[in-house]
Amino acid sequence: MDTSVKNKIKSIVGQENYFDSYEDRLVYSYDGTPVIQQMPEAVVFPQDEEQISKILELANNVKFNVVPRGAGTGLSGGSVPTENSVVIVMTKWNKILEIDDKNLTATVQPGVVTGILQKEVEKIGLFYPPDPGSLNVCTIGGNVANNAGGLRGLKYGVTKNYVLGVEMILPDGKFLRTGGKNMKDVAGYNLRDFIVGSEGTLGIITKVLLKLIPKPTKSITILAYFDKLTDSAQAVSDIIAAKITPAMMEFLDNTTINCVEDYTKIGLPRNVEALLLIEVDGRGSEVKDDAETIKFILKKNKAVAVREAFDETQANILKTARRSAFSALARRMPTTILEDATVPRSELPVMIEKIVKASKMFDVMIGNFGHAGDGNLHPTALTDEREQKELDKAHRAFDFIFDEAIKLGGTITGEHGTGLAKKQFLEKVTGPVGLDMMMRIKRAIDKNNILNPGKIFSISPKCEGSLPRKREQIKNFDENFS
Amino acid sequence: MKTSPETSQLLKVLPNDDILQQCIHCGMCLATCPTYDLTKLERSSPRGRIRMIRSVARNEMELSELFAEEMNFCLDCQACETACPAGVKYGRMVEAARVLIDEAGLTPKFQVFIKRFALRKIIASRFWLKFFSRLLWLYQKSGMQKLIRATGILKLFSKNLPEIEKLSPPIANHFSDSKIKEIELPNGEIKFKTAFHFGCLMNTMFADINIDTIDVLKKVGCKIITPKDQVCCGSLMAHNGDMEFALNLARKNIDVFFKYDYDFLISNSAGCGAFMKDYAHLLEDDSEYASKAKLFSSKVKDIMEFFAEQKSELNFQSISKLELKPELEIITYHDACHLVHAQKISSQPREVIKSIPGVKYIELEEASWCCGSAGIYNVVRYDDAIIQLQRKMKNIRNTGAKIVLTGNPGCMGQIKYGAEKFDVDVEVLHPVTLIKKLLS
Repeated sequence: MDTSVKNKIKSIVGQENYFDSYEDRLVYSYDGTPVIQQMPEAVVFPQDEEQISKILELANNVKFNVVPRGAGTGLSGGSVPTENSVVIVMTKWNKILEIDDKNLTATVQPGVVTGILQKEVEKIGLFYPPDPGSLNVCTIGGNVANNAGGLRGLKYGVTKNYVLGVEMILPDGKFLRTGGKNMKDVAGYNLRDFIVGSEGTLGIITKVLLKLIPKPTKSITILAYFDKLTDSAQAVSDIIAAKITPAMMEFLDNTTINCVEDYTKIGLPRNVEALLLIEVDGRGSEVKDDAETIKFILKKNKAVAVREAFDETQANILKTARRSAFSALARRMPTTILEDATVPRSELPVMIEKIVKASKMFDVMIGNFGHAGDGNLHPTALTDEREQKELDKAHRAFDFIFDEAIKLGGTITGEHGTGLAKKQFLEKVTGPVGLDMMMRIKRAIDKNNILNPGKIFSISPKCEGSLPRKREQIKNFDENFS
Repeated sequence: MKTSPETSQLLKVLPNDDILQQCIHCGMCLATCPTYDLTKLERSSPRGRIRMIRSVARNEMELSELFAEEMNFCLDCQACETACPAGVKYGRMVEAARVLIDEAGLTPKFQVFIKRFALRKIIASRFWLKFFSRLLWLYQKSGMQKLIRATGILKLFSKNLPEIEKLSPPIANHFSDSKIKEIELPNGEIKFKTAFHFGCLMNTMFADINIDTIDVLKKVGCKIITPKDQVCCGSLMAHNGDMEFALNLARKNIDVFFKYDYDFLISNSAGCGAFMKDYAHLLEDDSEYASKAKLFSSKVKDIMEFFAEQKSELNFQSISKLELKPELEIITYHDACHLVHAQKISSQPREVIKSIPGVKYIELEEASWCCGSAGIYNVVRYDDAIIQLQRKMKNIRNTGAKIVLTGNPGCMGQIKYGAEKFDVDVEVLHPVTLIKKLLS
């Protein structure tokens, strides 16, 4: 990138908000995604909407790419810089602007940390349910851009169910406000829901209006251990079939249990094949009734032990332990490739078996855990990116897993997004017409393809340079540019 | 990017490449990092620092001033290690990086002077430590301190010097090792055979805490062996990039204590306890010392950890025989980094404190957030430390507590200074001092 362009960007955001040292570019070359990385040309912290708008206008004029970023905890490469790009970091936009207890809404800047918002609204008896594993770090802007899910998705849905309005700067620098505090609003296309999950390819989010709900007052957390994977999966199916919707129903396999226990030392048994962590919540006596029914179903499905957390502190310890699962798996091997295959819940037992099969077929260690209640599994390959052969094996295993998931009517990603990591599989899920529609929308909104190009799908090689199309190419890509 | 040939030395300082590879950059550490919280810059975060260290180790990046600045900006509080599910040994990486930047001349000279001269020659030598402590004592008691403070003469040297001068805690009238007998016996039956490491700061500046510790241990039935020829644990040197020197101190301590028969080695100083527990790990490749170090470390216990673990055996009943004060004392507890993060001790002290009759315990907001003392950080990086201290004092003020307990001399000195500077009406005590007060 030309010095003159860099100087222009610097003059827009000010010297103190502009960074382009080797060190700074290096530490913004990754997000939470394994293996994929690329250094940006510069990193900026814009102070207001106008600065963002000016940067985007400049990007269109002199042709450079812009990559928006929150806390950088994403798992699909959505905020990994692209070639010739400037990273716009939104973490300093971290004010909760309003909590409206009459309309049950919160207006926040995109850099507000999800967990902090939850604590604030819970102080006045309200509830913001989406709770991705990284909730103590990740930001609302990133959650909206990726339509983040979490443990409570089973009962409470995901981020899209809580976004009422969005303000954003479009790729051409124009300011968009859509949605509002109305609980019903059908004026025109539903742009708001369309922006949710757009992975920073359609605009840079500058403000979010969120829906809140009353906080459940009662909850019971149940822990069950199984000697057989299939028994645990069957128990999950039976609970759903019994017409109970727990707030969460989480699954951990033996590998994951051991890694989590290594980290947390909370006394999980190391020899069981599977663990289910279930929480039911609500306001009345139904909570206790549901818990009893669940315990009965668990025992019927040969759970070797069924326990109930005796207080909120213990329940929180268990949930925190579950949230650490992905990172804890890194205790076993240096590279953990986490995937996000999701199937209709009735197919969960089949999918779990397919994952075990993939692990054996391709000789890859796979730790499996996930949101069993909504069919969203996180099979995690434990490998070593320094060994190309090992990495290839992991990728072949995932190709198999994705194909099997799609055959079962599932999808390649339940909550992490497509980004760079999964774009080669996208068409298998959307079909050519679906993919084409997405690309036409992107072209219409971002004519020069400057905003987070190459994420979700590739529009044209021209603007993306040599971004990899296949996983096998990522390594070379890496060596060329980092 | 140029690379310097020596930078791969980092790999030699670090055990192997795996430790560098272990970070999966998930970002779970970001929320707990005091320096990232200040700058919101990735390079001031554990994840960013690890990425930079990895690049330096692989000769992809040269040692730079910016790199050095971020390594020295780190408090080494290790809150990120507590937060890291993957078990990344961040502290060891940063300490290794500090060795390199010191050697490359990238650390400000006065900092290197303090690290090398003050730590090696003064802290590690009981004679000189006592000598300088006496000087400081004389300075404090003779009216010289008042005079110097009144004249404001220190400002002439550096704008922060008058403040750093105030950081020095009031020196006790005596040293603890001259008051503690080599073997102390309880009045009644011997329930536990313990040994005691008296620390450097605890021995000279906080001597009364050591004496309180011995008194309390005796009361609960401990025989206490305090070898006179024990040495500094080496923690301050290791954290400031002087590992070889630290390991020699470790070997010396192992030899000294090896001669005695004891089951628990009690420490009342979080930094010393943490480091002595780490001897096993640090010396695992030393053929002569590996097994001895393992045995040594396995016996090390923080005093509160010891009390909590032995609560069924310990006769704390004697406390409850005391007449309760009419008003409950509001008490809070600050987690020393080297207890909560380095030793993962957080529930034990709370358990012991809450069990003391007459105590109304209030949990401190952000109790495990570093107070800014961080070894010698508050001396070498006064301005950065004060921001953390201000945050800590605000939280302490909000509890309304009259007493704040903490288990590390560094934190005690820092919070005492903070109470004065930010005008917070709170007494800073080691938990063992509180127990002693109630026992006698």
